[in-house]
Amino acid sequence: ARRCASPAGDKMAGADGDDSLYPIAVLIDELRNEDVQLRLNSIKKLSTIALALGVERTRTELLPFLTDTIYDEDEVLLALAEQLGNFTMLVGGPEYVHCLLPPLESLATVEETVVRDKAVESLRKISHEHSPVDLEVHFEPLVKRLASGDWFTSRTSACGLFSVCYPRVSSTVKAEIRQHFRNLCSDDTPMVRRAAASKLGEFAKVLELEYVKSDIISLFTALASDEQDSVRLLAVEACVSIATLLPQEDLETLVMPTLRQAAEDKSWRVRYMVADKFSELQKAVGPEITKNDLVPAFQNLLKDCEAEVRAAAANKVKEFCENLPEDSRETIIMTHILPCVKCPEVRLNIISNLDCVNEVIGIRQLSQSLLPAIVELAEDAKWRVRLAIIEYMPLLAGQLGVEFFDEKLNSLCMAWLVDHVYAIREAATCNLTKLVEKFGAEWAQNTIVPKVLGMANDPNYLHRMTTLFCINALSEACGQEITTKHMLPVVLKMSNDQVANVRFNVAKSLQKIGPVLDSNCLQAEVKPVLEKLAADQDIDVKYFAQEAVSVLALA
Amino acid sequence: METPTKLPPSSPSSPTTGFSVPSAEKVDGFPRRSMRRARQRRSHSSSQFRYQSSQVELTPLPLIKDAPVAELHDLFCKKLQQCCVLFDFLDCVADLKGKEIKRAALNELVESVATSRGVLIEPLYPEAIKMISVNIFRTLPPSENPDFDPEEDEPTLEASWPHLQLVYEFFLRFLESPDFQPSMAKRYVDQKFVLQLLELFDSEDPREREYLKTILHRVYGKLLGLRAYIRKQINNIFLRFIYETEHFNGVAELLEILGSIINGFALPLKSEHKQFLVRVLIPLHTAKSLSIFHAQLAYCVVQFMEKDATVTEYIIRGLLKYWPKTCTQKEVMFLGEIEEILDVIEPSQFIRVQEPLFKQIAACISSPHFQVAERALYFWNNEYILSLIEENCQVILPLVFGTLYRVSKEHWNQTIVSLIYNVLKTFMEMNSKLFDDLTASYKVEKQKELKRERERAELWRGLEEQQERRLQSLGEASRNQKNLQEREKNSKNEPENSAANTT
Repeated sequence: ARRCASPAGDKMAGADGDDSLYPIAVLIDELRNEDVQLRLNSIKKLSTIALALGVERTRTELLPFLTDTIYDEDEVLLALAEQLGNFTMLVGGPEYVHCLLPPLESLATVEETVVRDKAVESLRKISHEHSPVDLEVHFEPLVKRLASGDWFTSRTSACGLFSVCYPRVSSTVKAEIRQHFRNLCSDDTPMVRRAAASKLGEFAKVLELEYVKSDIISLFTALASDEQDSVRLLAVEACVSIATLLPQEDLETLVMPTLRQAAEDKSWRVRYMVADKFSELQKAVGPEITKNDLVPAFQNLLKDCEAEVRAAAANKVKEFCENLPEDSRETIIMTHILPCVKCPEVRLNIISNLDCVNEVIGIRQLSQSLLPAIVELAEDAKWRVRLAIIEYMPLLAGQLGVEFFDEKLNSLCMAWLVDHVYAIREAATCNLTKLVEKFGAEWAQNTIVPKVLGMANDPNYLHRMTTLFCINALSEACGQEITTKHMLPVVLKMSNDQVANVRFNVAKSLQKIGPVLDSNCLQAEVKPVLEKLAADQDIDVKYFAQEAVSVLALA
Repeated sequence: METPTKLPPSSPSSPTTGFSVPSAEKVDGFPRRSMRRARQRRSHSSSQFRYQSSQVELTPLPLIKDAPVAELHDLFCKKLQQCCVLFDFLDCVADLKGKEIKRAALNELVESVATSRGVLIEPLYPEAIKMISVNIFRTLPPSENPDFDPEEDEPTLEASWPHLQLVYEFFLRFLESPDFQPSMAKRYVDQKFVLQLLELFDSEDPREREYLKTILHRVYGKLLGLRAYIRKQINNIFLRFIYETEHFNGVAELLEILGSIINGFALPLKSEHKQFLVRVLIPLHTAKSLSIFHAQLAYCVVQFMEKDATVTEYIIRGLLKYWPKTCTQKEVMFLGEIEEILDVIEPSQFIRVQEPLFKQIAACISSPHFQVAERALYFWNNEYILSLIEENCQVILPLVFGTLYRVSKEHWNQTIVSLIYNVLKTFMEMNSKLFDDLTASYKVEKQKELKRERERAELWRGLEEQQERRLQSLGEASRNQKNLQEREKNSKNEPENSAANTT
């Protein structure tokens, strides 16, 4: 056996003076404790044990034990796989790092996915600490063994290891690695093909361009037409990396046929993936192909029969439009993208990105083409959709001006006040405030206030309460005159409402609008009403009336 | 027990102020149109229709029963071709006439293949399989409810069921017909066909899965060449379910088919089958949705044991490995399965697993969840299990005694305490000598345990102190080295500096 020669190793061994205090048996007993939790704790402190044993005994006693006894709860194995990734110094530095391979190799074959993934992660990590020679002597054979294992788990793990050793081995070994990867791409079990497909892009990146063209493209084409849609959709992901690697002139023949086919795949999952990766694909294939191929493909995705696909595509509208070449951007948006906007999910996504699309084409043009959509969405069955629209009203109103607003949007804003969902009524109230801030008190007095006050006589008490909520919100923006002259009388009159909820909301409203009123008015008109309410038979009305009296200092 | 009912996801947050009324619909007088529409939209789904390029108008053909014998096959064939036309069922008023014609034609085909002999001649096979494929094979639509919980939520039903059901019915009658010739069918019902059929088991519609189950069972029974392939693909579906997606609606149905397949395995069991048990069936127990298919799974497991008792140890050790740690509901299911297994276990096999098994049972008895403890204690009500325990009392009693003794003193639930007293009484009657010895040594054992605990803490403290020291000395060493290097550097630099100074 080699003596430890690295400087760090020497230091550790040098400080080992008292390691005989801890016979390996005692430590191993800890790792074997019957209680899983204790076992788990011990494994998590494996580095402490290794340090106690020193580098040499860690290599000759601890690691063989760990390799031999790998049959445990998955939690313990997961912790072990993680620990071993940070063990290089504890076995004596990079020179000895290959000692960690046997236990990690076993861990890379277990059934449980998280353990396997962690083992692969650790293997990838320590692969960088191998010298090129060790990589060929120790690491690469391990990858080969995993790649030809008879249960799918080891082959799945192998897929993640090719790309870390490929760049640092000789060309003969490289050829072998490519062959193994090819085999796994056409593996019998879909699990392995999925793993290979998900690593295809990563592997392509470390390959020489000639092999990308000869090997990767054929694998890509095969995986993209796999019988299982779960494999095909992973090929779409790889497509981005592959397209980035190839020179522009090869894309059309090598990548585009497959990508076109994926965008029209019969499985919605594959189409979803295309939609989800659309911006990346767009960047990878460049402006020319985007114009000729991706625009129609994107149109189809926006019109897809599955809402999931449409929603994924709609999420990409902003980025897609931003990345369009400037010379044709506006035409493409106006003639190809906007007309596709039919279903509420898609429209909602566009409208929620309105400010961004706005930067690309003017708001007026956008509003004209979106107006029918806005009107329809304002009455959408889903309240969240209606809520989203309300939130864009102030922006639209600001950009479009009073005239356009009064003509097209005002009636919508008023209709929301009597929506059957409270959240919508609340948002509509808040919206009114913002509109008044934009358009001024005079506009409010002429257009909004009469309608709001009219609802005070509605037979439905919830509508009557909406009047009060609107007054709460509007009084400050409208100012003293409108509040005193128009709003206050209505509020005072409502103190006689037969529904207690209305009455205590009158008290709350008076408290709210009090600061806007002058003190004469408070004393003469508000005080008597609050005193009357403070003697109400309903306990809540009493409470809020008293609160208002004390807040307004009318006692 | 009362479980809180979930609100539908689209339901708006109710008003929070004083006027919130639970059944607001009647009180507030607002239109509820949106709610109604939302509900309708959620109940059906179909992505079948999309692939039809242009809609064909159907014209009714003459009835099969009126056809002269010479034209019978030709007419049958035409009807099959007619049934390849697909209709849009999401739009329930679209092309009602066409839908009715197809429905009638399907009904006739079902009737004819079920009752009359001599209809199924060779040229009809490819036509029939084509009609079936066109109708049933489709990418299943995305689930309307991504967090679909089969126990809580209503499944999304297939919209085109009025036709689909008849197509499945036809397929089933076709396979069950006395005229059915596997040698002819196998050219059309091939591996690709079976793979697509298996993927349909993910359908959310239980009616569809029920048909698929019976159909796949018939295919398995009649087309011997496909058996190994079907088993392999079911394995793949299960493995994907266990290790990748945790989502597949048809696990229970596939297990039900397997239950009857296992019954027919030849002895000794092939390694392929054992591997299926150990690497697929046992890990299936880890699934989150175990409760949906546990009955079928436990049946399969017991079938294996009854076939070949030597797999018992794999099974028990497997279950113990995957024993639920936090989900008491699943723990109760596991205990139920263990009881089913113990009901048929061979005494020689029992001895091989009794130790780890009863350690786990003891752990269950001390569970603070009374249903888990209760389920475990019920084992002592089972005559056969009791006889096994009695035979191995020397081993089992020491394993569980400590737990029983402790739990009898401290469990919060009176039922559990009284059940434990009964168990203790049974043991006392079984072997009073051993029982008295254990009672006497209980305190000593407890002390020993505490001592071990202290020793362990001591060991780890020592280890950690040592680690601390080493890290420190390492740190010092590296600092020294750095100093040394710096000094070297400085001494190297010095002459240069002095040289620079002099110039």
